Amino acid sequence: MALIVSHGHSVTSNPLKLSAPLGASMAFMGMDGTMPLLHGSQGCTAFALVMLVRHFREAIPLQTTAMNEVSTILGGMDQVEAALLNIAKRTKPKIIGLISTALTETRGEDMKGDLKLILARNPELADIKVIPVSAPDFTGSLETGWGKAVTAIINALAEPASAKAQDCNRVNILPGVHQSPGDIEHLVELVEEFGLKANVLPDLSGSVDGHVPDHFIPTTLGGTTVENARNLGRAKLTIAIGEHMRISAETLQKKTGVPYVLFDRLTGLEASDRLMVCLSTAAGKPVPAKIRRARSQLIDAMLDGHFYFGGRKFAIAGEPDFLWNWAKLIADMGGELAAAVSAVHAPHLTRLPCQQVIIGDFQDMEDQILEAGGADLVISNTNARLSCQSLGVPHFRAGFPVYDRLGGAHRVHVGYRGTRDLIFQLANVLIEHPGHGHGPVHQPHQTTEHDHVAAPALG
Amino acid sequence: MLNRKKIQDLMTEPGCATNQAKSEKERKKGCAKQLVPGAAAGGCAFDGAKIALQPITDVVHLVHGPIACEGNSWDTRNVGSTGPELYRRGFTTDMTNLDIVSGGEKKLYKAIRQAISKHNPPAVFVYQTCVTALIGDDIVAVCRAASERLGVPVIPVEAPGFVGSKNLGNRLAGEALIDYVIGTREPDDAGPCDINILGEYNVAGEMDIVRALLERLGIRLRTAITGDARYNDVAAAHTARANMVVCSQALVTLARKMKERWGIPYFEGSFYGISDTSEALRAIASMLIERGAEPALMDRTEALITQEEARTWTRMEPYRARLAGKRVLLYTGGVKSWSVIHALQEMGMEVVGSSVRKSTEADKAKALERLGGDEDKLVDAITPKDMYAMFKEGRADIMLSGGRSQFVALKAKTPWLDINQERHHQYAGYDGMVTLVQQMDLALSNPIWEQVRRPAPWEVEE
Repeated sequence: MALIVSHGHSVTSNPLKLSAPLGASMAFMGMDGTMPLLHGSQGCTAFALVMLVRHFREAIPLQTTAMNEVSTILGGMDQVEAALLNIAKRTKPKIIGLISTALTETRGEDMKGDLKLILARNPELADIKVIPVSAPDFTGSLETGWGKAVTAIINALAEPASAKAQDCNRVNILPGVHQSPGDIEHLVELVEEFGLKANVLPDLSGSVDGHVPDHFIPTTLGGTTVENARNLGRAKLTIAIGEHMRISAETLQKKTGVPYVLFDRLTGLEASDRLMVCLSTAAGKPVPAKIRRARSQLIDAMLDGHFYFGGRKFAIAGEPDFLWNWAKLIADMGGELAAAVSAVHAPHLTRLPCQQVIIGDFQDMEDQILEAGGADLVISNTNARLSCQSLGVPHFRAGFPVYDRLGGAHRVHVGYRGTRDLIFQLANVLIEHPGHGHGPVHQPHQTTEHDHVAAPALG
Repeated sequence: MLNRKKIQDLMTEPGCATNQAKSEKERKKGCAKQLVPGAAAGGCAFDGAKIALQPITDVVHLVHGPIACEGNSWDTRNVGSTGPELYRRGFTTDMTNLDIVSGGEKKLYKAIRQAISKHNPPAVFVYQTCVTALIGDDIVAVCRAASERLGVPVIPVEAPGFVGSKNLGNRLAGEALIDYVIGTREPDDAGPCDINILGEYNVAGEMDIVRALLERLGIRLRTAITGDARYNDVAAAHTARANMVVCSQALVTLARKMKERWGIPYFEGSFYGISDTSEALRAIASMLIERGAEPALMDRTEALITQEEARTWTRMEPYRARLAGKRVLLYTGGVKSWSVIHALQEMGMEVVGSSVRKSTEADKAKALERLGGDEDKLVDAITPKDMYAMFKEGRADIMLSGGRSQFVALKAKTPWLDINQERHHQYAGYDGMVTLVQQMDLALSNPIWEQVRRPAPWEVEE
């Protein structure tokens, strides 16, 4: 059991938190033919855009209502209308995700009410699904925004299916923002191994998985189609991954009657076992031999790998479900959590196997590591690099954003195979850095070297 | 809300070449381009202010706003430091809903105090953002109180995102420096050969190259504003004998005000390109001589120019044959287009297009002159779609641009080279030009292009 402690500072130093509108934009990246639109000043979009471009190494469609001083005082309805019409004319998207920001929510804008009026008086917007999402920066973080956007998409598109349209071979998957395109690809493969069909919302593996289309597309390059989102009601079951997807799954159940199973994670032996039992039950089929073999390989990886985790200290910093996923894996392998830092509060974090979880920033992570007398490995996004350099601790890049390593989109974290490979990647870094009994950790000049060696091939 | 007069003055800047070319009536209207909702690209005023000031390496840069402003953007610009690393840390008040309801002034004050007690900086810069401006937080008053009580200069930067573009933010940052920083310290080592460089941000640490050239001439760079700067040097910038402005749209107002207040002459120049580097060195020397430096400085400068130009062309010669005839699309607002065009042409390359989105009228004229008067080659903004078509149809062999447009080129299987702020190579000065040419050659001659363009075996018609 962990005690959840807020860092209690007025100043946030080296922020860990990412904004909710950014998370909402990412969710729309997994929708086909889509243009997300942030209702705020153009910087809101520019910062989010740069981060998404650098992480995914893809052109990212993301627009702004370009709020200025005057519209901030008088109201942004005209800006929204002009933006929608411009986007409709220039890029002809199927979906526009209209996302509010702290600026428009602070001035108390009735974005949804305005949108109704705008749609009523502009017939040229009739063919576009404009989906409003309220995700102000001042509440929650990346996972919050992602969850809100998925819920909004479900509310806007999902329909209950007639008894005839029900398909007992269909499974919905609601991935969290901590799932990579590679995870989604692998999950779909697993579902298909059982003779089932997967309907994923949102599906980043269709859009930002790093492929080269043969012509220019100004919107997202792929992802969940409007039709697939409508058909969510036809499935037998919904699989949601991560606590931040609970509200989305519940909303889908309420709207369509499709029951859901929420997995706190899909990384690790026990978690993967639960997934296979779930799929096997849903399909009415035994677990295929190929998957049993993968389980056996994971067990072997745990046997080979546990030597390198036992007694080692780990620091993990990120969004709540990211932290949950990695902290549980480390605990599964016998590692010790020296520092657990979350960007925002989430009740389930009390169940983490460590003394305390700090709600804070990278400065807090540094302080925790120092207090613990050092750490063997930091697992976090690229923004942890300053802390890792100054402490001389190796840095395993994971989560969002990771812009100084390649291949993040294809790293698989789920199922037996994903867990097996993660154990290998982590163990290799730990082998490279055997640790020296956690003496003083102030070694500022070893950093660049550490930094490089610490990078796993797939980092 | 904000000081409208200040923004109005920045928009009608008399030192700006674009404004000089306008009629009296047009000039009064100012240069605020209205942003188009749904078709805008680029940062906000806060972004611009941060870009202009963040390179001051030894201070705390504290952003007063909700998480997006700093959380989504800190430590992303590759500007270098030869010393302190404090500027790379991200500091914010991370305003959440309760803070917004109760007002953020107290939280801001506490944040300033906590940052000072932890890091002991020579100064703190506090950035206003949209939300905190909207709820009426008076950052000027908080900064004044904090300066008095805590004994450390705390500088308010009033450039919330919604007041305008990134460029306006650059200018507002200049205002913060002239209002609160420059002239607040009298150094004991002012000399006859001190200069400042305004609008230079030390991207990829390339000031090393410039500083080395100046040192060989006995010229001391008091400070860049603000690349690799220390707070105390910026505070003493008024003792320099000349100012060079390298990004004229951004900080020309600051240069004019420094001239009015302290009589420091300025000129606009560039360290990108061989001839431009030489011109800049000559201009610096002659300004310093006018202000009392020994006339022999010019002889030393000419000698250095002769030597460096010859050496540079010799080093670039091996690439000429490899690059001649290649067609380049230059798409950038950052590095001065016209000075690079010249160097590319010298290598026998053809510039098929050059963007002048962020250039002044004078810049445009210079670029046009170098493109042989072909106006079609001067482009304002190219839509990604048209750009993609250019590459697909083979109308350009390589693009030099900033990171955001790179995937348009790469997805069209076309070589691309980063020449904006995220790049990792130094392109300034004589050595920088050699590096640029080397990097272009590496990009163009990489064996992947032939492989990735080849169709899959099953796509080849029998």
